[in-house]
Amino acid sequence: MGSGENKVVLHGMWASPYVKRVELALKIKGIPFEYVEENLRNKSPQLLKYNPVHKKVPVLVHNGKPVCESLVILEYLDEVWSTGPQLLPKEPYQRANFRFWAAYIQQLLESIFKLFNADKEAHEKPLQEVHEKLRNLEDGVKEFYFPEGSPNHISAENLGILDVMLVSVLGPFRAKEEAFSVKILDPGKNPLLFSWIQALIELPLVKEVVPPHDKMVGVLQFLKQSGFKF
Amino acid sequence: MDNEVKLHGFWPSPFVYRVIWALKLKGIEYDYIEEDLANKSELLLRYNPVYKKVPVLVHAGKPISESLVILEYIEEVWPHSPLLPKDPYERSVARFWINFATDKGRSAVRSLFWGGGDGKKEAAEQMFDFLKIIEEQALGDKKFFGGNSINMVDLIFAWFACWIQPMEQLVGIKVLEPSRLPSLHAWVKNFKEEPIIKENLPDPERLLAYYTRLTSNLVSKPT
Repeated sequence: MGSGENKVVLHGMWASPYVKRVELALKIKGIPFEYVEENLRNKSPQLLKYNPVHKKVPVLVHNGKPVCESLVILEYLDEVWSTGPQLLPKEPYQRANFRFWAAYIQQLLESIFKLFNADKEAHEKPLQEVHEKLRNLEDGVKEFYFPEGSPNHISAENLGILDVMLVSVLGPFRAKEEAFSVKILDPGKNPLLFSWIQALIELPLVKEVVPPHDKMVGVLQFLKQSGFKF
Repeated sequence: MDNEVKLHGFWPSPFVYRVIWALKLKGIEYDYIEEDLANKSELLLRYNPVYKKVPVLVHAGKPISESLVILEYIEEVWPHSPLLPKDPYERSVARFWINFATDKGRSAVRSLFWGGGDGKKEAAEQMFDFLKIIEEQALGDKKFFGGNSINMVDLIFAWFACWIQPMEQLVGIKVLEPSRLPSLHAWVKNFKEEPIIKENLPDPERLLAYYTRLTSNLVSKPT
């Protein structure tokens, strides 16, 4: 990496959706960075020093100073690397809209985690919650993000915060469905979201970030069996 | 459509107060519309179909929901009297604490005040641990979270200035003890004495009555 001028280090864990957000954002913005894989059962002293409050990944260390919390990191990246590709639009009302839906996609992830945490017999209610959020998301972004009704504009050159958030949550949707034997994303019920994520995961840049299917299925099943709380 | 600013709110809501304070600190004129949450207006449901909640800020006819999104919007459109630091790193630190209050704070409050009777002592200790982190790492030696003047982080933590007290009374547990959390305790006092904040605080007795009614309804409702 470059000299001390602009040293960026990302502490992460390969299966973490929160880390994936930052990884993809860095790639979209063309920011060179060093990646440090953390073993979450044996966290590095650096991680504990940089994120004493949560002791979690991702942590972005920029010229020795740590930034924690994925959405906080994304805002930071846009503010510091303010020329070149931007994650948020320029106009304040649009920015508000994007922030609203970025936060909503995080809510979707939390509902998916509730689903993962539920016993197999108690899947119905959390699954309904996930489907409801998917419906709201589909309806909500339709007007302002996909005015033509399809993801024609999705390309590596114009990815933004909503694409980043969606990849982090639904990029590995098939692995999640297989690991938990549930149908999360139905092209019939959510045609727009389905074609949006399909377009995203085809991009080479995104392929670099989304974990391999089998590896993801494996880790999800392993975590579930070990009583991990998502 | 002119540049009118309207705020749909509900008087006991700390989320609404955040927006009120931000608007008043920046001297922004606005119309306030009190919503009856048991009978939400057509307008509110149209403006916030996803959550159907207040606050909703409407600027030149365009609605914005979610208090944190609203605050960032206000900061960008009216950058005078800033509520966030200029430096990106300092901003990220402010946003970190805002995030912390939103995630960990909310769950600590929920388990202590809305949780069942059994885990109360544990929940109180959990709340104290949360507040200790705030006191030592977010506030430190400063008068306010924003330094010498209040900023967005103070507005977010204001829940602990005005809303924790009726809760403590209802539950019979004092969490914000001056001996255990001296800096936070001083901050509560300083915050409430700040000009503009002072003139825009919820009435403590009215709040207590409201929460008393709310918790008595919860007790009689099946879970």
